[in-house]
Amino acid sequence: MGPVEFVGTALRFMLRGGKAYWLWVAVLVVLIGWGGWAYIDQLREGLIVTHMRDQVSWAFYIGNFTFLVGVAAAAVVLVIPAYVYNWKPIKEVAILGEILAISAIVMCLLFVVADMGHPERFWHLIPGIGRMNFPQALLAWDVLVLNLYLVLNVTIVTHILYRGLQGRPYNAQLVVPLILFSIPAAVGIHTVTAFIYAGLAGRPFWNASILAPRFLCSAFCSGPAIMLILFQILQRTTKIAIKDEAIWKIAELMAYAMFLNLFLLGAEVFKEYYSATEHLVHLQYLFSGFRGHRALVPYAWAFVACGVIAFLLFLFPRTRRNIVTLNIGCLLIYASVYIEKGMGLVIPAFTPDTLGEVYEYVPTLHELRIGAAIFATGFLVFTLLCKVAIPILTGEFTTRRAGATRLAPGVHPA
Amino acid sequence: MAHRPTDVPAVDGSAEERAQPAAVLRRRDFLTAIGVAAAGYLAGCSDEVREAFFRNHFLELSPQEVEARLRRLRDTYGARYGKNVDMSAVAARPGVVFGYALDLSRCVGCRRCVYACVRENNQSRDPQIQWIRVLEMEKDKGIDFAEANPYYDPERVPEEHHFYLPVACQQCRQPQCTMVCPVQATWQEPDGIVAIDYDWCIGCRCCMAACPYGARHFNWGDPHVPADEINPDMHVLGNRPRLRGVVEKCTFCVQRVRDGRYPACVEICPVGARKFGNLMDPEGEISLILEQKRVFVLKAELNTQPKFYYFYGT
Repeated sequence: MGPVEFVGTALRFMLRGGKAYWLWVAVLVVLIGWGGWAYIDQLREGLIVTHMRDQVSWAFYIGNFTFLVGVAAAAVVLVIPAYVYNWKPIKEVAILGEILAISAIVMCLLFVVADMGHPERFWHLIPGIGRMNFPQALLAWDVLVLNLYLVLNVTIVTHILYRGLQGRPYNAQLVVPLILFSIPAAVGIHTVTAFIYAGLAGRPFWNASILAPRFLCSAFCSGPAIMLILFQILQRTTKIAIKDEAIWKIAELMAYAMFLNLFLLGAEVFKEYYSATEHLVHLQYLFSGFRGHRALVPYAWAFVACGVIAFLLFLFPRTRRNIVTLNIGCLLIYASVYIEKGMGLVIPAFTPDTLGEVYEYVPTLHELRIGAAIFATGFLVFTLLCKVAIPILTGEFTTRRAGATRLAPGVHPA
Repeated sequence: MAHRPTDVPAVDGSAEERAQPAAVLRRRDFLTAIGVAAAGYLAGCSDEVREAFFRNHFLELSPQEVEARLRRLRDTYGARYGKNVDMSAVAARPGVVFGYALDLSRCVGCRRCVYACVRENNQSRDPQIQWIRVLEMEKDKGIDFAEANPYYDPERVPEEHHFYLPVACQQCRQPQCTMVCPVQATWQEPDGIVAIDYDWCIGCRCCMAACPYGARHFNWGDPHVPADEINPDMHVLGNRPRLRGVVEKCTFCVQRVRDGRYPACVEICPVGARKFGNLMDPEGEISLILEQKRVFVLKAELNTQPKFYYFYGT
């Protein structure tokens, strides 16, 4: 099977599906169109269609970007037990984590593009062609590592699927080193993203050494939460079988991450409130409001409450093994991290601004529409890739050749 | 000049860059490739759009290319505003590092500097952009940004129990903004002015997040300046009309100061609170102030090392 045939087969898989599948795809396409239309407005009139202004110069787009980098990084939660500890139940589904990583990185890059004043000048960022400010600018690092991580995951997934379609085991000498390399790369993308913020001396809300560790901890909460929910959806809508042990193991790992996440948040809150320097204003704006501006206060307490309840649900084996409480916990931690690592991270750093002015930011419908379109694009990428990957995983569509052993692509041909 | 102080910014890399034909060639190849790939789209575009897309970084232009860019800008703005535009790209003079000092005991908060700056530097009137921000502070609290009020609006200034702190770009010796720019669209010139190439800025606003002084402003929408208010005396890195989606900031009036004139804010100040000059000139007024008054800089703890000093003259 050549590359052309591979693409053809993959496309045929994507076009095969029942009513529910096409309805889902249609919803995504409608969202993409609706938000894409808003983006055309933004291209025509500029970022003035958003509510960002000089005082709050990054907001909804960059908040979502940050959150999604965490989701992408969280693929390692599957990769480490699967490939470092050779834990079979997870190994079988590790490829789904990589597909999620690809989808998340696609969304990240789209959010960055949506935030740019001149997206057509993207080529200024390309090393050797543009004028990349490397190694000084952390955003230059981020562009490099995000694209590297994307290429890495696309390579792994494509190779496994390609071989899977041929009914051959994947080339372990190629895939295993790449997968192992994706572990530090995942840590890298989130660390570099944290450093973009942590390196800014003029923004005390971000300028803390605890920021990168906090990023990693929250990523290991939110990423797996999405995966667990997606696993269950896939289990119901496809023939894939995901073992309970795999889900329980991931849930156990999440409990550790959730504890660390809350602990580090507490450490930061203590330091700020106890020392109560002039830097406290940003945290005050988040948790109790500043000069009567309280837009974020309900969200702040919501993320704390969600985070604590989710941790308790995941802490006790009984509740994390119960499908209902597990799912509630997943939704709660997802919401918690989405608020905290999204707008909760970006807006307070700018409120009040460096000269003490309070501009209270709330996103416009344009921003929400563009955000919805980007999320829909990510879901579409995930859906289409799963549509190809799952039949191969379950062996439904493997071309059977004489003598070829059918192997689930996640399984090492030992 | 006997010696250069250690804080003098390094000469920019333009000469060095031009001496690298390989890099330029590679860029040309790439651009050709993009050109072919995007031919369908670009073929439908005007020459102007095509030219804008392939424009190079200002510091990599040859003298001829700089000339061509100036000519194009002159024609564009001349036609748009119906004026004879003088577009210059005058470079920094050797032995000059500009410095600024502002006497807080004199400033009365009249904001004449704000509007003189807007007129001189062709800042957008709608949406409004102002490079200088005057903060009203309470005397018994001292300089405290958390208590500052930029929107004071009394019948008369100064208001009782208040003093005024005007803030614009501090022209730092260690600028955070140039460090974080992912494409080197902003840099420090040899005379210490932090400049922006509006044709290279990608509008990511990292510099705005990095600046501790709120000095950088973004063109969220199309900037608008009425034709009869346009200042036709322009510098390509300074007050030429900006475009949507790029960042701008105070340049110490680069179009004036490299011509031996004072910045507009210094000239307009009715109480003489604003002082400007060459830090390298030991007899210059800025050096005299540094010698005879005790000066300070804003947010010194961030180690940005501004060349914009504040002092209490009386």
